[in-house]
Amino acid sequence: MTDSDSSDAGDRTTGKRLDVVALLDRYGIVIVIAVLGLLIYASQPDVFFTWRNITNILNQNSVHAILAIGMFMVILTAGIDLSVGSVLALSMMCLAVLSASMPWPVTLVIGPLVGSVAGFVNGVGITKLKMPHPFIMTLGMLFAARGLANIVSGGVPYSGLPDPVRFLGSARIPLGEWGGGMQSLPVVVVFVVALYIGFHIVFEHTVFGRRLYSIGGNPQAARVSGIDVDRHLIIVYTICGFMAGLAGLVMAGRTNSGFPNAGMGIELEAIAAVIIGGASFFGGRGTLIGVFGGVLVMGLINNGLNLNNVSVFYQQVLIGIIIVVAVSVDVFRRNVSTRK
Amino acid sequence: MNEMDRPPVVLEARGISKYFGAVTALEDVSFSLRKGEVIGIVGDNGAGKSTLMKVLSGLYRPSEGKLLFEGNEVNFSTPSDARRLGIEMVYQDLALAENMNIAENIFLGTEPRRTFLGGLISFYDHRQARARASEHLETLKIHVKSVEQAVGDLSGGQRQAVAIARATAFDAKVVIMDEPTAALAIREVGKVLDLIKDLKKRGISVILISHRMDDIFYVCDRVLALFHGKNFAQADLGDTSRSEVIGWIMGTLNHKGTLAHDRL
Ligand SMILES: Nc1ncnc2c1ncn2[C@@H]1O[C@H](COP(=O)(O)OP(=O)(O)OP(=O)(O)O)[C@@H](O)[C@H]1O
Ligand SMILES: [Mg+2]
Repeated sequence: MTDSDSSDAGDRTTGKRLDVVALLDRYGIVIVIAVLGLLIYASQPDVFFTWRNITNILNQNSVHAILAIGMFMVILTAGIDLSVGSVLALSMMCLAVLSASMPWPVTLVIGPLVGSVAGFVNGVGITKLKMPHPFIMTLGMLFAARGLANIVSGGVPYSGLPDPVRFLGSARIPLGEWGGGMQSLPVVVVFVVALYIGFHIVFEHTVFGRRLYSIGGNPQAARVSGIDVDRHLIIVYTICGFMAGLAGLVMAGRTNSGFPNAGMGIELEAIAAVIIGGASFFGGRGTLIGVFGGVLVMGLINNGLNLNNVSVFYQQVLIGIIIVVAVSVDVFRRNVSTRK
Repeated sequence: MNEMDRPPVVLEARGISKYFGAVTALEDVSFSLRKGEVIGIVGDNGAGKSTLMKVLSGLYRPSEGKLLFEGNEVNFSTPSDARRLGIEMVYQDLALAENMNIAENIFLGTEPRRTFLGGLISFYDHRQARARASEHLETLKIHVKSVEQAVGDLSGGQRQAVAIARATAFDAKVVIMDEPTAALAIREVGKVLDLIKDLKKRGISVILISHRMDDIFYVCDRVLALFHGKNFAQADLGDTSRSEVIGWIMGTLNHKGTLAHDRL
């Protein structure tokens, strides 16, 4: 269900079978997160539920969380953006290379700016060049931006960034001593939570956000209702690129460097988080809260397996299974709701 | 009726042609529509009915010819241009977003909003959308459980009603309906036709495309036939008969009712 204001899920369901699907659709992610949390807690009761570990999970997944907002936005309009990993790297390299010669305020904005430009190019390509599918345009951008990231840096990493540029990715808010040590909260965790709250409001309570749902649900209906679909899509891809640039800034801050291979394959992880979070690949369905849940599920799996010293390869198998299960729930729901 | 007594012409098409590459969908089609009039458009599959309506509603630009609205020439480049003048269309495929609720569909493209920072931020006014949608459905005597029901969960007739509600939510002067009854069960057909009569009573002009003679002869004042993309014939309803209109669809004038399909 897409509208936040409705509490009458039972009202629109017509049978018991459908009830289960609607419930799973709405709360499935919460159940998955709870079960994962309990499992990890049971296996590592001393470590898992500590402030340090929980903020670590959020901190380590902040780049994914930021990318997932943009990815959700494009998937909501029945699109896709394969280029976010490369655009992240390009933004990161541009800011790392420029940080040597430019004042820090320039370095600070250059990443998100480069990302926005790349996203804008994606959006214009998709709408004005009438590409058969956003897959094609963003696949092209995936290669082009990765190549550019290497060109601007000569293919080598740059390290050593000014402190204000590192702030977002690495600063911590001290919280004093308790629970057995000095505790702190990474700034980026606060930033990510603020982004999610802000974008939640955009998706649920602004005309722009609701129009994205209508474009994803039926672009032809949106068009004949007088909505400028192309303009909306260009904005959506620009925001997705902006998010990739922001993620590049965070990653640069955390690692105090820029490296041209950054974010390889991360677009697929962002897509996975969005899909696990219950957004429909067909467009028009999903919530940002669900997407945040999707990011958490992936982060929890990672954390739980790490705490138990399980190989990363099992992690990939597990995520693969969860993606397939999440999408089959989506397909099943569509089948139920179209059978009238 | 004397020409002087007739209500004024709202919408007029003069010599409209529409080409899609080598395909001629419309050729030199003219017609006019008066205030509060219900005109039926008939024609075989592919005769050009939907194309003509899409020209009138601003979705297609005519290749040749012109449109006059209340006597003034108009050029629509998008459907919103037409909507601004009060020309609304209910599409053959309804053009509803099934993932969204009834109220959101009714106000698609014309969302009630609260704006901030000089229009930079527009918040969707969900409360007003719900209230106005309920009120509007009430005046149209359309009954739904809740305006927050997803349109994907509605029956065909209810969807049709929502599409009509959207077309009439603002001060519509002309409502174009492309085969609104084609996919409906008998009981729901009656409701839609009564809705059309209601619109007429309120002074709204309606263009109704239908293949069903029952629809045409129940609600229309006048019927116009297209054949192979051209004007073929037209008449006030009192001056013609079902079998004659069926003949027009088949491309025969002065048809006397001897073909097999008359008995279907
Ligand atoms: N977008 C388009 N591109 C090319 N040809 C088109 C297009 N739209 C319509 N046509 C052609 O124009 C002609 C008229 O089509 P139109 O849809 O207007 O017919 P119709 O009278 O509405 O038929 P039906 O009763 O089947 O709905 C057909 O030959 C159709 O193939
Ligand atoms: Mg048609």
